[in-house]
Amino acid sequence: AVSLASPQPALEMSAISASEKVDGFTRKSVRKAQRQRSCQGSSQFAAGSSRPAAPEISALPQLKDASSTEQHELFMQKLQQCCVMFDFYDTVTDLKSKETKRATLSELVDYVSTNRGVLVEPAYPEITTMVSTNIFRTLPPSENPDFDPEEDEPTLEASWPHMQLVYEFFLRFLENPDFQPSTAKRYIDQKFVLQLLELFDSEDPREREFIKTVLHRIYGKFLGLRAFVRKQINNIFLRYIYETEHFNGVAELLEILGSIINGFALPLKAEHKQFLMKILIPLHTAKGLALFHAQLAYCVVQFIEKDPTLTEVVVRGLLKFWPKTCSQKEVMLLGEIEEILDVIEPTQFKKIQEPLFKQISKCVASPHFQVAERALYYWNNEYILSLIEENNAKILPIMFGNLYRISEEHWNPTIVALVYNVLKTLMEMNSKLFDELTASYKCDRQREKKKEQEREELWRKLDELGLQETSAIQNNRHEIQFTYSNNNNNNNNLHDKDENPAAAITDRIESNTWAK
Amino acid sequence: ASGAQGPALVEGVGLGMAGADSDDSLYPIAVLIDELRNEDVQLRLNSIKKLSTIALALGVERTRTELLPFLTDTIYDEDEVLLALAEQLGNFTMLVGGPEYVHCLLPPLESLATVEETVVRDKAVESLRKISHEHSPVDLEVHFEPLVKRLASGDWFTSRTSACGLFSVCYPRVSSTVKAEIRQHFRTLCSDDTPMVRRAAASKLGEFAKVLELEYVKSDIISLFTALASDEQDSVRLLAVEAGVSIATLLPQEDLETLVMPTLRQAAEDKSWRVRYMVADKFSDLQKAVGPEITKNDLVPAFQNLLKDCEAEVRAAAANKVKEFCENLPEDSRETIIMTHILPCVKELVSDTNQHVKSALASVIMGLSTILGKDNTVEHLLPLFLAQLKDECPEVRLNIISNLDCVNEVIGIRQLSQSLLPAIVELAEDAKWRVRLAIIEYMPLLAGQLGVEFFDEKLNSLCMAWLVDHVYAIREAATCNLMKLVEKFGAEWAQNTIVPKVLGMANDPNYLHRMTTLFCINALSEVCGQEITTKHMLPVVFKMSNDQVANVRFNVAKSLQKIGPVLDSNCLQTEVKPVLEKLASDQDMDVKYFAQEAISVLSLA
Repeated sequence: AVSLASPQPALEMSAISASEKVDGFTRKSVRKAQRQRSCQGSSQFAAGSSRPAAPEISALPQLKDASSTEQHELFMQKLQQCCVMFDFYDTVTDLKSKETKRATLSELVDYVSTNRGVLVEPAYPEITTMVSTNIFRTLPPSENPDFDPEEDEPTLEASWPHMQLVYEFFLRFLENPDFQPSTAKRYIDQKFVLQLLELFDSEDPREREFIKTVLHRIYGKFLGLRAFVRKQINNIFLRYIYETEHFNGVAELLEILGSIINGFALPLKAEHKQFLMKILIPLHTAKGLALFHAQLAYCVVQFIEKDPTLTEVVVRGLLKFWPKTCSQKEVMLLGEIEEILDVIEPTQFKKIQEPLFKQISKCVASPHFQVAERALYYWNNEYILSLIEENNAKILPIMFGNLYRISEEHWNPTIVALVYNVLKTLMEMNSKLFDELTASYKCDRQREKKKEQEREELWRKLDELGLQETSAIQNNRHEIQFTYSNNNNNNNNLHDKDENPAAAITDRIESNTWAK
Repeated sequence: ASGAQGPALVEGVGLGMAGADSDDSLYPIAVLIDELRNEDVQLRLNSIKKLSTIALALGVERTRTELLPFLTDTIYDEDEVLLALAEQLGNFTMLVGGPEYVHCLLPPLESLATVEETVVRDKAVESLRKISHEHSPVDLEVHFEPLVKRLASGDWFTSRTSACGLFSVCYPRVSSTVKAEIRQHFRTLCSDDTPMVRRAAASKLGEFAKVLELEYVKSDIISLFTALASDEQDSVRLLAVEAGVSIATLLPQEDLETLVMPTLRQAAEDKSWRVRYMVADKFSDLQKAVGPEITKNDLVPAFQNLLKDCEAEVRAAAANKVKEFCENLPEDSRETIIMTHILPCVKELVSDTNQHVKSALASVIMGLSTILGKDNTVEHLLPLFLAQLKDECPEVRLNIISNLDCVNEVIGIRQLSQSLLPAIVELAEDAKWRVRLAIIEYMPLLAGQLGVEFFDEKLNSLCMAWLVDHVYAIREAATCNLMKLVEKFGAEWAQNTIVPKVLGMANDPNYLHRMTTLFCINALSEVCGQEITTKHMLPVVFKMSNDQVANVRFNVAKSLQKIGPVLDSNCLQTEVKPVLEKLASDQDMDVKYFAQEAISVLSLA
């Protein structure tokens, strides 16, 4: 449906909106027309009518002018004042109060960042309440359900003039030298963190940037929340991968994880390995990979650097999820594999070289020149080249067929030129093997073709059998099976099956059909 | 025979027919398994898709003893292959020897139900549900139910998610002790630590409730429903809404108020718009489930709130339900409720800021006229229709026009025609061709409602203008539209009003317009009948066979083939045949081709 975000993919709205019937291409145009409204309020405000007006707030005296005895009381009052929310949708009303709140917030930011001794215990609940009231909200539906962050302008948070200061204030609070996690943990608890994590879905990149820093500080200071944070991030990713394919803050979360992984102690816990294999690797299948691939690849490489024995499972995992149709993603994965190869240990390399180079060989032969080019660039990497050289007896036969073929066939002259260079390098590595492969190239092709024909023949016969069996099934299954196995066996003896297994089975099937 | 084949074969030779069953083994399964292991995914996929063929070739026993263990052991493959496998196994009962052996299929399906990829898992669950019905009650307890339990207590969330979908299929057919266990497992999953599992449980809650005894619905299901409906994650809460509707249908009226209504009321006011959206989306089902009294007392105010919701998504979902909701109101108070409670909200929606809300409303608003009757329609609804007909968004106008028939029945279309015309004209000339296409599709309907006079006077020129639209799809639709109009108004009308105009285009300097003449003739010849075709159309077609553009000429050949059946045989032989023969010797190969095709189809050779 056009711009109505459905709440969950499984419950996709069934009614096709009329504009879709009218114009399959409206998506873009409708969206562009809507752009005039590029800010949106949070779900908490009714658009327009029937909302009780926010109470007016009037400026309190400046904190710096208050005596030290009054200061704390004034600080509390100001925090409470900042809990009053304003509708930024409405650009005409409450202007004065909005400005008062802005000035107050800005004063509070200064107050917690420059003063010592202001974070007394009673301030903690007031501060968390003020922050929660201002930032925690149900994010509004995206105006543009197929929001493409690479192409479209994000919808910005309308109340940013206040919200930015609230985030700013919260950060200064967390970074204040007097900050006591042991006191704060009563207020900054699991529920708080959960709500914070949900805000990572905000479409406004400025907000996500702030939350990233906030979460990073919280993760650093609250040891008791760490496992919980990791688990909830896992849940977000799993939902993203397997359920919604929609979450705006994947890149930011991965960035935080990158630094978390960096700090993992060795040997790695099972939980962390599971995170790598069950979440980071499947994340590569996501449609929006381009938006967070850099951060994702960083996390993966971090893991391998920490524990090289993970190399094999990681590479095999990536090969399992290798993109089938999306060339852009293929190029990204080739980039990631190169990053892995840059840090790979030679012993680990030996374990994955065969499946890996089978894939690389396919990439080199890709009709998409960017994929082929990216794969061929591996031969410019000194370290990779040394690994190939060391294992050329294994790798050369895998690569040779495709390289030889596309050196004659590829449509793109740049690729052909690159392939010639690669072939030359390989020839220099092991000219004897290279000559043998060249000599047997034709034979190998023919053998492959023949094998292919035999396969087809096998299936043709199997299909015939299937058809006959199905039609005979009602008549008498048992009898048919009986005849079938008897005949098979009789026939077995008459054939020399060593040479051609496929022919053998088809022959006996033939005899079976004949018997009927 | 050679001994190189290995012991099995040697033995086979020795024992002859008697040993047939055992010997024959190893070899072919190896070949088939090779296919299933092929390095190329596509080939592997093809083989898996033909798994039933392989099983047939092996026979039931070897399928059970060799193929299934192989499949169970080697489940590590591309998800696409696994998906095909999960699907195949659901249809494998006969291939393993019938219901008696169907439990052999459980091990591979169990593994498939634990994989990461949702699509595969769902398919495995679907297949498991399917084959569960083929289990005898004993097998269900001995084989199937333990599998469900294993899945329900699996380590990783995937297996627990899959388990949620299996409880309801085994529950009705097991003993009461096992039933109690199943209920306990379901309870546990509803409060699972992982939101994915809670979502799965919430989405199956309604289905599970349906197979439970009423006492357990009241004691177990209600508390689970209440808990899920106040989950910390809105994605769980919204799924509980649907379950709530199913549960409400199961309970006697007197329990509804205490057991489900508090929770549903809370959902309608949830802080997350996704949950409120879900309530709006399920509103008609909900209304049916709770009955007239609760509808009057609770649902009417809730519906009003949804229509006034702060999120456009919610308002649009509610607007979509306006007609259905009004239709299903209890008859005694229907009109009062609509007039005093619903209509004021509807009026506001007509000038909503969001076009999707307006267009959702426009797609159903006309339906209110049958419910409210003539006087109310004229007084209250007509102004709204007229306002929507002037809406800036074409989608809104189109939705009104596409539902004109509802109003016609009640007040006649004349009341609207003054406003209708400018709206139609504007849509007919919209810059987006798909909008133009949509309005063309409503033309036959409009023509039928407005009558031939109005049509000739106001709309005919539009219909002709579309024939020369610069977008082919519009010209094509316009051609088809003419045919439908003739079906409505008759051949005589066609001869007087449209045929002359269509034939006039044969002399147009633009060859695309000349071709449109031919396309119109193709469409019109049959509805216009032999006389008009022979007398008026055919001469024009013949004349165009000399066109200088080859595309026109081969379309002449295609047209002749098309209208041939309408003509009499004399005409075919004496007039059509010579023209086609001439075209068959044209210098353009396409013209030749289509001329020859026409000659052979019309049997003129």
